[in-house]
Amino acid sequence: MAEERRQKQCSVTLPTESMKAIAESIGVGQLQEESCTALSEEVSYRIKEIAQDALKFMHHGKRRKLTTSDIDNALKLKNVEPLYGFQSQEFIPFRFASGGGRELHFYEEKEVDLSDIINTPLPRVPLDVSLKAHWLSIDGTQPSIPENPPPVPKEQQKVESTEPLKVVKPGQEEDGSIQAKGKDKGLIRLKPRSTHELSVEQQLYYKEITEACVGSCEAKRAEALQSIATDPGLYQMLPRFSTFISEGVRVNVVQNNLALLIYLMRMVKALMDNPTLYLEKYLHELIPAVVTCIVSKQLCLRPDVDNHWALRDFAARLMAQSCKTFSTTTNNIQSRITKTFTKSWLDDKTQWTTRYGCIAGLAELGPDVIKTLILPRLTVEGARIKAVMEGPVISNIDKIGADHVQSLLLKHCASVIAKLRPQPDVVDQYRTDYGYLGPMLCSHVMKARTQAALQAQQVNRTTLTITQPRPTLTVSQSGLSGSTGPRTPSIIKVPSSLALMSQRPGTPSQPSPPATKYIVMATSSGAASTQQVITLSSSQSASPVTTSVHSATSALQPLVKLDSGGSTGLTASRPLQKYIVVSLPPSASSSLEPKSTVIPTPIPSASLDGGLKLERSDSPGVRTQSPH
Amino acid sequence: MRCHDFPKLELPVFSSAHAHFICKMAAVQGGLVDAVEEKTIKSEPVADATANNSANDARAPSSSPGSGVSPGVNKPAAGAAEDQQTLLAVLQFLRKNNLSESVEILRREAGLPEDSLDQKGGDSTGTGLGGPEADGRTDAGSLLSRVTVSSSAPSKAVAEDQPDVNVVLSAYSQQGDPALYEVYYSGLKKFIETVLDCHRAELSQVFYPLFVHMYLELVYNNHENKAKAFFEKFSGDQECYYQDDLRVLCSLTKKEHMRGNETLLDFRTSKFVLRISRDSYQLLKRHLQERQNNQIWNIIQEHLYIDIFDGMPRSKGQIDAMSGSLAGEAKREANKAKVYYGLLKEPEIELPLDDEDEEAENEEGKPKKKKPKKDNMGSKSKKQDPNAPSQTRIPLPELKDSDKLDKIMNMKEATKRIRLGPDNLPSICFYSFLNAYQGLTAVDLTDDSSLIAGGFADSTVRVWSVTPKKLRKVKSAADLNMIDKESDDVLERIMDEKTASESKILYGHSGPVYGISFSPDRNYLLSSSEDGTIRLWSLQTFTCLVGYKGHNYPVWDTQFSPHGYYFVSGGHDRVARLWATDHYQPLRMFSGHLADITCTRFHPNSNYVVTGSSDRTIRLWDVLNGNCVRIFTGHKGPIHALAFSPNGKFLASGATDGRVLLWDIGHGLMVGELKGHTDTIYSLRFSRDSEILASGSMDNTVRLWDATKAFDLETDDFTAATGHIHLQDNSQELLLGSYMTKSTPVIHLHFTRRNLLLAAGGYNP
Repeated sequence: MAEERRQKQCSVTLPTESMKAIAESIGVGQLQEESCTALSEEVSYRIKEIAQDALKFMHHGKRRKLTTSDIDNALKLKNVEPLYGFQSQEFIPFRFASGGGRELHFYEEKEVDLSDIINTPLPRVPLDVSLKAHWLSIDGTQPSIPENPPPVPKEQQKVESTEPLKVVKPGQEEDGSIQAKGKDKGLIRLKPRSTHELSVEQQLYYKEITEACVGSCEAKRAEALQSIATDPGLYQMLPRFSTFISEGVRVNVVQNNLALLIYLMRMVKALMDNPTLYLEKYLHELIPAVVTCIVSKQLCLRPDVDNHWALRDFAARLMAQSCKTFSTTTNNIQSRITKTFTKSWLDDKTQWTTRYGCIAGLAELGPDVIKTLILPRLTVEGARIKAVMEGPVISNIDKIGADHVQSLLLKHCASVIAKLRPQPDVVDQYRTDYGYLGPMLCSHVMKARTQAALQAQQVNRTTLTITQPRPTLTVSQSGLSGSTGPRTPSIIKVPSSLALMSQRPGTPSQPSPPATKYIVMATSSGAASTQQVITLSSSQSASPVTTSVHSATSALQPLVKLDSGGSTGLTASRPLQKYIVVSLPPSASSSLEPKSTVIPTPIPSASLDGGLKLERSDSPGVRTQSPH
Repeated sequence: MRCHDFPKLELPVFSSAHAHFICKMAAVQGGLVDAVEEKTIKSEPVADATANNSANDARAPSSSPGSGVSPGVNKPAAGAAEDQQTLLAVLQFLRKNNLSESVEILRREAGLPEDSLDQKGGDSTGTGLGGPEADGRTDAGSLLSRVTVSSSAPSKAVAEDQPDVNVVLSAYSQQGDPALYEVYYSGLKKFIETVLDCHRAELSQVFYPLFVHMYLELVYNNHENKAKAFFEKFSGDQECYYQDDLRVLCSLTKKEHMRGNETLLDFRTSKFVLRISRDSYQLLKRHLQERQNNQIWNIIQEHLYIDIFDGMPRSKGQIDAMSGSLAGEAKREANKAKVYYGLLKEPEIELPLDDEDEEAENEEGKPKKKKPKKDNMGSKSKKQDPNAPSQTRIPLPELKDSDKLDKIMNMKEATKRIRLGPDNLPSICFYSFLNAYQGLTAVDLTDDSSLIAGGFADSTVRVWSVTPKKLRKVKSAADLNMIDKESDDVLERIMDEKTASESKILYGHSGPVYGISFSPDRNYLLSSSEDGTIRLWSLQTFTCLVGYKGHNYPVWDTQFSPHGYYFVSGGHDRVARLWATDHYQPLRMFSGHLADITCTRFHPNSNYVVTGSSDRTIRLWDVLNGNCVRIFTGHKGPIHALAFSPNGKFLASGATDGRVLLWDIGHGLMVGELKGHTDTIYSLRFSRDSEILASGSMDNTVRLWDATKAFDLETDDFTAATGHIHLQDNSQELLLGSYMTKSTPVIHLHFTRRNLLLAAGGYNP
């Protein structure tokens, strides 16, 4: 293999095309092929020579990364004037462009408006070099302080917990052999005992942290949680923490102490967030505690007033997170948890609180679980809710519970259904499919679709002005290109980057942005372009305000130019295109008949839009070619 | 200094030493003539050299009256003739450049007759002065090149020199049939593959130099495609540690490229050294003669130096341990010179001073009784080490009162020193440089660990105080006039309280600072930079005192002598220079390395300096006469760290290949190999009592090694005589600890006087 690589090294020279391109860029027109070959060989050799010298500077600069200053210094060694203006510590992105049968790598230089620079406030002065001392080792052992890397790297913790027999830690090996002297050697070898002795400082820390976590001072708690979530040296204390949490939950569930349960769950969350810890070993203590907080019949003293639902949601999210991180084919956490939740949900005698917890726990596990386990049971569950809501009032608590279960189901199912069901959303059909919950689901689904569409629009807008994240632009346009008649905006697919966000769009706490402006662009070939600014307001009464702006604002200008300047000329001859998005917000949140439409004015030659998209992605290349 | 007593006796020694020095310098200067910025230096060198001469008479190489070094003691008889030849070459060079005054001075000093030079022009080879490679050319260029080659070390001619390059290249002009090269090479390859196992490893050494020279010959004779094909076919066979050189070689495909390529010139000017047993050599010779394989035989004759020894052929492992350098192994006789590696006797310090100081310190506490401990302190170094150089071999600066105080402090601290060992590892305190976005390139700590200095890529040098005592400047001249010079605390009064701060920045360099070194008395700081200068800074006024120019190319490293006053520097120009702080021209130039000198260190007795280089060799130089007395090969990458053991007997070296090699200086042998690091080693340090070796690396770790165990081996006479080493692979046993930083390469290590290990590096977020 080494041989192959070396051969490659030997033959690498710059292509003669590069010589031509460079010659052209400085005004030398016709360069003969032979001169190009000679030049490229010479230039390749010199470049290699300079690179080798630059490496020396890198080594002496005690760096692993070659910088532009190394190249400059290497040039100076050869008595060559260094390249000015390429001072960058960071990676300089070279971009690739092709077009007109040519391929180019170039360094993208943005035009910078000087007045912008002058007007922007000065950046903060970078901090001066300072010296900080810490103990890397005390009498041969490395203290676990934030300045040092975690004593046991996460990978090793993982190996330790998943494959305990393979672990050979340098420190523990000695311990093991010492202990082994009195006892049966083979046994000890098989299962090395891990010691978790805490130093006095660690004991103090543990005491402080646990007290702060469950104490009354919120500021202190935040600090303690922050410490748990970031401190690298907690590995030794992990068993204590997990016992603390599991015991704490056990006691406080009995006492119905909601606040303490919340604090303990926040501790679990912090532990999980700590990048240096691997919790697998302690899941047998943590998971029961978390599950308890999800499904327990009663978590607080006054179930009708206290918001124990939030705790259940939070714990359910924790559960889902740990399933995602730790579930393997051997421990099967996810399937076991799913089974547990389903079993108690299916039980008729289950109380509303537990029912809520089960559904929340399942729903957090992802759309697939919702699809396979929750959706089929919507009808049954709907009937049960109907019985409580519309039947004779048995207990207020049941009613509240049913209400919460209903909103929970609507929240989680709507987005999934929105993806699954084809349009249009007809209320009656929903009713037949999902029973009692059908109509409400229908409205939620429609809301979800609108929101997804709006978010897509939002992304679309940013891409239009910044011209940066092209993939999102592509998606939204391909969505538009498919529409031939009046369609609902939901046809605009959710861009991939938004997928995570829009999974839970129906959360009531998330208000739609107030009065957002959406710019819809119109381009005509050569003629003045028009923009429509639609102001959408989330307030209930407002109708969309549409403003037409003649001649594009400066932000949009480059794109317009690019569209018409494309060398392939796909867009240049295109007639006017106009996308207008009009969205009428529902008059009331409870309204079952939302109106949400988009009226794209006739979009001709839809298939050509693909070409437009292509042009945009290569736009910088087009720009550089323009001098020809 | 002492020289006035015996001026006449010494002269011959001087002049020969100086001839060496001037000659090397001349070679270098001649080479640099075309570089523009060197003009100032170029106009002065000889005049300065002579000035140096007289200055040196007064200080540097004067030897003690007792030992009375005579020419014969330090130099073998053969060296005398060589020296004379060198002298003649220098004279000729001077004359050619119309420096008649210098010619006169040198001639007079060397005691040469006036016409010796004129004679020489005609019959330099005929008189038998010529070295082994007398080729009959008489022009100055060839003479120079020959002189440099035949001087004690194979020194290198600087690349840009036009006539020299042509001489060098012309060696390749012999034409063979280019098509046959592959046949020749593969024929030899086949032969070596079929030879007996015990000879195969030894003979395989021939492959690499042969390959290189055949390839260069092809390139030189414009057989570009043949050369490429040859390279592609056989480059894969070469040992992996030659890969870097092969990469340079493969980019070289045209005759024009050869001009100015250092690697190529190195191959030509220095003979590749191979060590082969007599049996193997006979085998090879017989084969080549049978086959009439003149092409290869010529190359072997001309470009290879085969060091033949009697006895068993070496094994593959033995060969691999020693090979890897740019020019093969060191010749055996290169490491035979006597090295005085012992320590100098500690100066006797009057004990009353000790007591006074003791009392001063314990003023407020209970005044202590006279301690018995000072006896053993005094007797510690009374006996003269037989391996130590004489006290005055190199004139050292006299101790000042403050130095004595410091020594006393040192001894006191030493009594509180922790005994380290495998069961008693040192604590490590790590100094991280935060926000060093510009790039931290060098760090040094004072011996008493009170100051730390960092050199940065933005050309600054910053000094921090790591004790509560802040850094203060001396008051301005006007203010100094005001103070009472008679007062007891005058030293305190001269300091300007207003300037007290924890750190100071020294501005002056115009390029990244790559080397930094505190003087032992903590009054000065040296820094070497990419801009080709070395600067001496005062830590009293925090200003630059001197800029030492001479390197012209980046200076990669510099270090003060442990006794102060002298310092050594080395850089891209491949010449290490010895300087004294009060001379703006170097006292010695050590040339011989074939590539950049990457690091330089002083021996604890100040009589030797060691340099590590990108040519993957380490050389030990004698400060007295400028000779190279040891060449260590075995590293497979540029050497970036060197450390002498405190007893002066051993040397540790670290390179980009991540290995630490241990060397016995007295025997000139490799005694150990420590594997474990995964990246360049930038720092090595022995604990104060040599029990522990600490190594710091780019892989963000500090590792501790059991030095006592590593050096605990008997060197038998056979190994000492043949230089055949048997290394055991016991790195894992010797590794005592490995400490990882979060994201900070370790670029400096330092043991405090109490054996606490300090490490430093710039944090890379």
